[in-house]
Amino acid sequence: MKPIAVKDLCMSFGAVQVLHDVSFDVAAGECFGLVGESGSGKSTVLRCMSLLQGQWTGEVSIGGVRVRDMPLNDRCRMVQMVFQDPYGSLHPRHSVATVLSEPLKIHGLDRANERMAQAMIDVGLPVDFLDRFPHQLSGGQRQRVAIARALILEPDVVLLDEPTSALDVSVQAEILNLLSRLRTDKGFTYIMVSHDLSVVDHMCERFAVMQSGRIVEILPREAIPTNAARDPYARELIGASLAYERAV
Amino acid sequence: MTDPILDIENLSVRYRGATEPAVRGVSFSLGRERLGIVGESGSGKSTVGRAILRLLDSAEITADRMQFEDVDLLNASERQMLKVRGRRMSMILQDPKFSLNPIQRCGDQVAEAFRTHVRASKAEARAKVIEMLNAVQIRDPERVYQLYPHEVSGGMGQRIMIAMMLLTDPDLVIADEPTSALDVTVRLQVLNILDRLVHEHGIGLIMISHDLNLVRNFCDRVIIMYAGRVVETLAASDLDNAQHPYSRGLLAAQPRIGGSRGPLPVLERDDSWMQPEVRS
Ligand SMILES: Nc1ncnc2c1ncn2[C@@H]1O[C@H](COP(=O)(O)OP(=O)(O)OP(=O)(O)O)[C@@H](O)[C@H]1O
Ligand SMILES: Nc1ncnc2c1ncn2[C@@H]1O[C@H](COP(=O)(O)OP(=O)(O)OP(=O)(O)O)[C@@H](O)[C@H]1O
Ligand SMILES: [Mg+2]
Ligand SMILES: [Mg+2]
Repeated sequence: MKPIAVKDLCMSFGAVQVLHDVSFDVAAGECFGLVGESGSGKSTVLRCMSLLQGQWTGEVSIGGVRVRDMPLNDRCRMVQMVFQDPYGSLHPRHSVATVLSEPLKIHGLDRANERMAQAMIDVGLPVDFLDRFPHQLSGGQRQRVAIARALILEPDVVLLDEPTSALDVSVQAEILNLLSRLRTDKGFTYIMVSHDLSVVDHMCERFAVMQSGRIVEILPREAIPTNAARDPYARELIGASLAYERAV
Repeated sequence: MTDPILDIENLSVRYRGATEPAVRGVSFSLGRERLGIVGESGSGKSTVGRAILRLLDSAEITADRMQFEDVDLLNASERQMLKVRGRRMSMILQDPKFSLNPIQRCGDQVAEAFRTHVRASKAEARAKVIEMLNAVQIRDPERVYQLYPHEVSGGMGQRIMIAMMLLTDPDLVIADEPTSALDVTVRLQVLNILDRLVHEHGIGLIMISHDLNLVRNFCDRVIIMYAGRVVETLAASDLDNAQHPYSRGLLAAQPRIGGSRGPLPVLERDDSWMQPEVRS
């Protein structure tokens, strides 16, 4: 199990600064939530942590090692990411089998077919979908392939960018149960971006609320039902979510 | 229902090369109202939407009737469809960023789409686009206008698609997961915009969504799909009294704020659910 530390993360696109001194710690084996305004920088935080985005300042370490100091292969074994936008993250001309077998090949893992079949079963897809291409899958099926790809390497840390927002709640329940089970069995540490506070409440011990590139407050899950946030934006967001659950 | 905008009878769709149809015998009609479609991932919801817009080149579509206002969608030529699509009916696609051209600025794409349907100068189109980006609550529309699709966040991409569809004043809007990437406060604002379109402009709205709170509270009627079929149709306010075992399982699987953190109930799927619909 590996803890995560993010300290003073800053990031700009040209003249526009999109992250301002983002800092938080995640305990080994914790599920930490990231919520907040659309466009506030949640995906960017995950992209920086996995070095998909390189030009940031500050420090990100996993298990006490700075991600910038890790050799590429170690980093991929340690950190995997599920993207918000499953269509964009799957190569259009690669079959599902290719998507899943490539990481196994790169990292020299054995029993490839068995692992691929198990990954499909874990995310609730028929094994014969291995022969399909992304455009032959529904939105939720593509998302499940993306989740299977991230889990197949059994990483220590999984960064989940709205992993279930494209899924119906019955498949969401299966995926959330799977993620919880893997956390118990394999000791995964998660950071999970979500707009659904009922999912955050279900999965996460603590969560950070972001607005305009800043973390405005870090709260325990118990703060949701009673809306115990102190920051005005965090209060507004939690209040709106409570109202939304009762009525739109 | 008087004067439906859309009338679909016994629609089936089979993708080329597939052994099973993706949509089987779906019927519904739509007036000036908000119809929700919920259902299993892969049950054919997006396929129904694409069939209505005739966006399925690689599939065989059959139906007894597919009428949109005065247009017979089964027999309309592609030339006729070009006049209808995007102008009189539009669809907000499920993968907004994928449906934008990756090498053109977002604002220019919206402006161009506007100018293919409405006579306007470039400057007029630009002003209109900025106005629409504002209407969908994008904070900094001048900056976002200049961004390429890979430079916008998930929720911005969804709102750009909504802005694009609002520009041409359509009669029918099919919105496929239009608000799933939006935070709750922005989501409520966008739903209000769509609501106004239904009530003030009298459009028909089909909302494909996984969000049960949204369809329960925002829609008038709900269709529940499973394995390509409609298994249940009911008033949105009755959603919690749905009878079909798939619908019941769906309601039970929803996590709740302050709920127990034990494993969520999951469905034991049953082959008998492939049978046609229960009406209530
Ligand atoms: N490549 C890029 N170039 C320029 N600006 C970018 C780029 N990528 C992201 N941004 C900007 O950074 C900001 C944060 O985007 P990000 O995708 O992290 O938001 P988010 O919190 O994940 O939002 P959402 O909930 O809508 O997905 C946005 O204003 C976006 O326009
Ligand atoms: N081009 C295609 N070729 C073959 N099969 C396809 C194609 N597109 C979709 N399908 C299949 O048709 C079925 C219905 O897909 P559709 O996208 O309509 O589902 P959906 O209800 O919108 O699901 P989701 O909620 O996950 O978006 C799925 O099983 C999918 O795998
Ligand atoms: Mg995002
Ligand atoms: Mg779909």
